[in-house]
Amino acid sequence: MTRGPSWFNVTSIVLGFSFLYLPIVLLVIYSFNESRLVTVWGGFSTKWYVELLQNDQLLDAAWVTLRVAFVSASVATVLGTMAALVLVRSGRFMGRSMFSGMIFAPLVMPEVILGLSLLLLFVAMDQARGFWTVIIAHTTFAMCYVAVVVQSRLVGFDKSVEEAAEDLGCPPIKTFFLITLPIILPGVIAGWMLAFTLSLDDLVIASFTTGPGATTLPMKIYSQVRLGVTPEINAVCTILVVLVSIGVIAASIATKRQQVQRERDERAAFGADG
Amino acid sequence: MAKKTIGPVRREFVPWEDPEQTPFIEFRNVTKKFGDFVAVNNLSLKIYKREFFALLGGSGCGKTTLMRMLAGFETPTSGEIFLDGQDLSGIPPFRRPSNMMFQSYALFPHMSVEKNIAFGLEQDNLPKSEIDDRVAEMLRLTKLEQFAKRKPHQLSGGQRQRVALARSLAKRPKVLLLDEPLGALDRKLREETQFELMALQEDLKMTFLIVTHDQEEAMTVADRIAVMDRGELVQVATPSEIYEAPNSKFVADFIGDVNLIEAKVLEKADTGTRMQAVVGDFAIDTEQTTAASVGDTVWYAIRPEKVRIAQGQPEGSVTNQIGGIVWDIAYLGDVSIFHAKVGEDDHDILRATKANISRMVENPITWDENVVLTFDRDAGVILTG
Repeated sequence: MTRGPSWFNVTSIVLGFSFLYLPIVLLVIYSFNESRLVTVWGGFSTKWYVELLQNDQLLDAAWVTLRVAFVSASVATVLGTMAALVLVRSGRFMGRSMFSGMIFAPLVMPEVILGLSLLLLFVAMDQARGFWTVIIAHTTFAMCYVAVVVQSRLVGFDKSVEEAAEDLGCPPIKTFFLITLPIILPGVIAGWMLAFTLSLDDLVIASFTTGPGATTLPMKIYSQVRLGVTPEINAVCTILVVLVSIGVIAASIATKRQQVQRERDERAAFGADG
Repeated sequence: MAKKTIGPVRREFVPWEDPEQTPFIEFRNVTKKFGDFVAVNNLSLKIYKREFFALLGGSGCGKTTLMRMLAGFETPTSGEIFLDGQDLSGIPPFRRPSNMMFQSYALFPHMSVEKNIAFGLEQDNLPKSEIDDRVAEMLRLTKLEQFAKRKPHQLSGGQRQRVALARSLAKRPKVLLLDEPLGALDRKLREETQFELMALQEDLKMTFLIVTHDQEEAMTVADRIAVMDRGELVQVATPSEIYEAPNSKFVADFIGDVNLIEAKVLEKADTGTRMQAVVGDFAIDTEQTTAASVGDTVWYAIRPEKVRIAQGQPEGSVTNQIGGIVWDIAYLGDVSIFHAKVGEDDHDILRATKANISRMVENPITWDENVVLTFDRDAGVILTG
């Protein structure tokens, strides 16, 4: 006998999901609003999407954001992976706990403080603020997230695999690129994606460290909202939501497939053993 | 009567008995410390070309450290290691002419079986055709042809073990190092693989060095065994010498099952020694001579299968005879182990094994029965330490 879901369960699920997703659903719906007034429904229209394509300011901001996210995520991935390797591999060395503490400090440091201190640094260095200072700032705080993700992948890594490569005549640096990197690649990619997303939606640190001509999308949206929410902003946000959803769904389908394939392979292998 | 020897030994291959032979691998006064812990203590060892040599010992005895120093993964704190006349100090692992098969197999998970085997050859920049030939040969040798395109996770444990072996053999190293190579296999597969390894070693005419904690494995595959304890070599000898003529209580106890009888020396002569057991009222007469003086306490080590057990007085004259009561019997199928109480205390037990050579026995030995235990003058060895 199977019992249908109880009413209590149904209500909790509906309430829970509404709490989480109702705002986003509203945002998506109102992006197709005919009316100029955000809160009044004036019929279905895609005119804000068309207008968006003609809004150079918003498009510029989006382009800057993508470039910042791409460059800072890439640099943070290289540095974060190196930091993780040192932490996992070098064993005990002088100042190890201080090193690890300092790498992970930005995780708990309030963003305002991080942004302010970076601003002070750039001012002290007499550095003109703009595109590159935002990249440096984003690299700094994204690096620790990459280090955490890659470190967790490295902890489960059988070091004798690297030893085997060296034993077979492969020098250490080549071993890293031929053996270690391909094995930890999923962790590195996950770290890169995390760094990319963090940079993409950062408002606080970018506001402190940016200068003229390098306004990121979150900053643009925030400043426009202060002048009143336009349906155009809803349209931009809807596009972002769709892009992120596609990314998440594609990634989870890929992992699921891989897992199923792996399980099938393993079953086949053990069935074949005499 | 012909002179008795300890056997069986491959008598045509005994380079270690020839002082003219130059060793192929030599450890000279090698010490390795990890902080305060001494893993290998001032150890010297010579291994000869085409030997199948086993390092045997419990965990933490330094056997793996010794092998890893030869492979280059650990640097000796002091002392030198030579391979084929070459001093290995300062040479990194990737330039050493040895290859290792790892306990965890350490296969490259992102490469197919073929690619795994070809990896070492590619590092030497051999021409493609030669690599292909060599990989094909290795696949044939390890019966892995049909799995060439598979990835390691698509293989069973036994197949992975063979890939690891093929990969470490592909470069035809001067010496193959095997670190607990069969530890992850089940018993039946392990026994088969032991014989395959021996055949392979003879076919390829290579020097093999195996590290193991499994004494049966060491005795099956090796020409000579080095028994290690706390970073030192306790005894280096052929399997039969280790078993029949252990040089210490540690070796006698570590390899196989043994009765260690505490005894006082009564009489010494060139033809043998007479002793009195400390526990239980019996004398031991052996043809062995000892360095201990009359009155000293020594240990007499005798293997259970060398002790005969019978219900009544045996026929003919016997040198060593002890009366006892059967305390416990373990029936293992092929043999039975009898624990006979020979002293006052319940722990004063002498063990005797008896092969069950017939299915049916009239009047079998049973619990609490009075028995007579006998053994020959050459059945055991006198140990002083």
